[in-house]
Amino acid sequence: MADDILRMRGITKTFPGVKALQDVALSVRRGEIHAICGENGAGKSTLMKVLSGVYPHGSYDGEITFEGEPCEFSGIHDSERRGIVIIHQELALCAQLSIAENLFLGNELSHRGLIDWNRTNHEAAALLERVGLKENPTTPVLDIGVGKQQLVEIAKALSKEVRLLILDEPTAALNDEDSAHLLDLLRGLREQGITCVIISHKLNEIAAIADSITILRDGRTIETLDMKVDDVTENRIISGMVGRDLSDRFPPHTPNIGDEVLRIEDWTVHSTTQRGRVVVSDANLVLRRGEIVGLAGLMGAGRTELAMSVFGRAYGTDISGRIFKNGQEISVRSVRDAIRHGIAYVTEDRKRYGLNLIEDIKRNVSAVGLGKLARRGWVNENEEHRVAEGFRRSMNIKAPGVATTTGTLSGGNQQKVVLSKWIFTDPDVLILDEPTRGIDVGAKYEIYSIVNKLADEGKAVLVISSELPELLGLCDRIYALSAGHVTGEVDRAEATQERLMQYMTKGQE
Amino acid sequence: MTSTAPTDADVPSPVLDGPPERAPRRFSINLRQGGIYVAFGLIVVLFTILTDGALLQPQNISNIIVQNSYVLILAIGMILIIIAGHIDLSAGSVVALTGAICAVLTVNMGMPWPLAVLVTLVAGAAIGAWQGYWVAYFGIPAFIVTLAGMLVFRALTLTVLGNQGIGPFPDQIRTLSNGFIEGVLGNVGLGPLGGADLLTLLVGVVVVAGIAFTQWRSRKGRAGYGQTVDPFPIFVARIVAAALVVLAVIVQLARFKNLPWVLVLLAALVLGYSLLTNRAVFGRRIYAVGGNLQAATLSGVKVKSVTFWIFVNMGVLAALAGVIFAGRLNQAGPTAGNAFELDAIAAAFIGGAAVQGGVGKVVGAITGGLIMAVINNGMSLIGAPSERVMLVKGLVLLAAVAYDVWTKRRSGVRA
Repeated sequence: MADDILRMRGITKTFPGVKALQDVALSVRRGEIHAICGENGAGKSTLMKVLSGVYPHGSYDGEITFEGEPCEFSGIHDSERRGIVIIHQELALCAQLSIAENLFLGNELSHRGLIDWNRTNHEAAALLERVGLKENPTTPVLDIGVGKQQLVEIAKALSKEVRLLILDEPTAALNDEDSAHLLDLLRGLREQGITCVIISHKLNEIAAIADSITILRDGRTIETLDMKVDDVTENRIISGMVGRDLSDRFPPHTPNIGDEVLRIEDWTVHSTTQRGRVVVSDANLVLRRGEIVGLAGLMGAGRTELAMSVFGRAYGTDISGRIFKNGQEISVRSVRDAIRHGIAYVTEDRKRYGLNLIEDIKRNVSAVGLGKLARRGWVNENEEHRVAEGFRRSMNIKAPGVATTTGTLSGGNQQKVVLSKWIFTDPDVLILDEPTRGIDVGAKYEIYSIVNKLADEGKAVLVISSELPELLGLCDRIYALSAGHVTGEVDRAEATQERLMQYMTKGQE
Repeated sequence: MTSTAPTDADVPSPVLDGPPERAPRRFSINLRQGGIYVAFGLIVVLFTILTDGALLQPQNISNIIVQNSYVLILAIGMILIIIAGHIDLSAGSVVALTGAICAVLTVNMGMPWPLAVLVTLVAGAAIGAWQGYWVAYFGIPAFIVTLAGMLVFRALTLTVLGNQGIGPFPDQIRTLSNGFIEGVLGNVGLGPLGGADLLTLLVGVVVVAGIAFTQWRSRKGRAGYGQTVDPFPIFVARIVAAALVVLAVIVQLARFKNLPWVLVLLAALVLGYSLLTNRAVFGRRIYAVGGNLQAATLSGVKVKSVTFWIFVNMGVLAALAGVIFAGRLNQAGPTAGNAFELDAIAAAFIGGAAVQGGVGKVVGAITGGLIMAVINNGMSLIGAPSERVMLVKGLVLLAAVAYDVWTKRRSGVRA
């Protein structure tokens, strides 16, 4: 116990409308690799932002002790000075600059105000060797892959004489080979006496590398396990993370499935950014009235690309294939076409693609269906207010009124506003892309209830989700997508996480 | 080493959203919107004191309106462009070019003035369409397109005019810019205030009645839908305050000559464009495009078309300003409209527009323009040198935007 390099006690962090962390405790021993596990929204990243000073002292409750001394960081500079370095999920590198320039960004090796390039490149090469990266330090970062960029980030941390290295989902975007290399590197750093905190969803990696594990759930610490003492299995971790049966997390629902509403045939989409790359290949999907259909797939499988290309070609080039609505072939060449044909798409990134954050609830709700509230081009604002107020009540959007700016709402309530916007257009087909991403558990349950209700009203719903339990708990039928191909279709009764995962990882020749 | 764990009996309670405690925030938003009008009022009071009341003399009020009408017209077009997240640096050059076109049509070619004005407005629309095409459909940032336009249209002005002014303009165009409505009903005595034009006074009464009626109808409509409305005394107080301001201005104008034609035109534009931005579907689209371009696209808004048409609109308004400015000087000159775009942009930002787009009001831009007009006029009345006027205007612009940024940060909108 005495050899804890870091202790966090009673950490509570509140955002407007959400308690992200509640009385969280974390103790990390010197020289260990400590994993933090938890579902999306459990508070892992928030906790790390508190630790690194992204959320300054005073904006949270609780105390932090690092190497026996209390910490009151007012910014990330303070924590870095003490040797705490965080590497975020989204890498913070300047793509146009060279590896060496990135390594010493903000910490340039200069002599009388001029950068000493020889020394910079020389020391950069030494750092790259430490992380096992064989690249010329003068190579621009954009020319190396994501896996190597991750190594550059770690080398950058080493240049700052790191004592505690925090990695937020370091392997999420890496392939197996790069991941394995990264884990080896972390073991090497451990031998050099560097303590690591690693946030990861990949439980097999955690089991392989971690010395101890802290599990967070719903913003609270559930338990800390010692890999050597406790008998830790993946199932043990999962039960800690989930904490309850699936049945409790999903409202009961009896589907009433009718005729086919939407059929997509031989749907092929090419990437907008990489010429000639096929992102969706010959996909065939059928959606029926009153049915909730899932779309499972790993990152990069082409789920969002498929959905957005169907939604009026909002994504992709060189799209081929046919769409049938109620048996009739339809032409959907623009978002307006899609809306006219009763297709709605609720984006996975509501802040970037779903909401006008500086406008109020009312105007966001009416954004798509404004024509229904207008006569000869003039909006009936009273009617608009009435409609928005109706949604605020029926969707249980927690806000003082419909004149509240959506930017101030919590994630769950923002999502309800986006859903309201699309429900107001009275669509026949709703495509929900990651409908519960970044939403706390209580709000998730409400979203599931709304999805069930939409299906009961006879709408066809397609749910895209990265969380398999969510698909299993919500959907009547699930398609699996792998590398742009539909590799499987499973009914609810036969669906298991293992089976879906098999389809999702099925290789293409 | 185990950490705190909730007991098994502790059913995992979802982290629910807290109770809405946002009353103070609503207040601060109102403060932000209202701040500009309060600031305008304070500036008027300040300069009234500094000038011993000369600021509010009948002739001076009339001057402020007539001298700034073209910048205010530009500000209306500019605020729409800024709401959509763009900018127009070419407005001054367009003013010069359209003024020159109008001069060539009326003076050199002897075209009847209504037709000439119409053709000039169409030319303005064509200029706007040219810029709108590059911004909306070709995807070049408006800053670049209109910077190029600033040079191109100034060059075309010089080409058309051959580096000399063309004038004089027909009387009707000069009347539109400089003239007053004829007092066909004669004068009435207002006791100690002296004589005043009856027609103007009647117009004032009609305007006040119109304000009161539309406010009352809107209030009734909202109440009918079960929305909360202001308490009745506050509602009445607001209307009385608005009526007093309008009547005070009207009485002063009636005491001088009459209503300037440009004021009538400006009032119609402000009313029309306020309705457009608040109530029309097209107006809402402008806010949607500026607030979040991607979200607007995925909501089925024709973002390119919206962008295109606000530039066309800007071209038409710039042409209108060009005609009025040329008519006022009674000559179309090669340097006409120099730096007008900067005044219009400043008016929009002082009036509460946001640099990122998505925010702004027509009335706000007009108020911003009037703030600068009053500073200009007031400082010249007290004999301040022009460099000091420029200094104050610059600092006011900076202060206005700084206040805006500060209130936004304080209200903590998570972006």
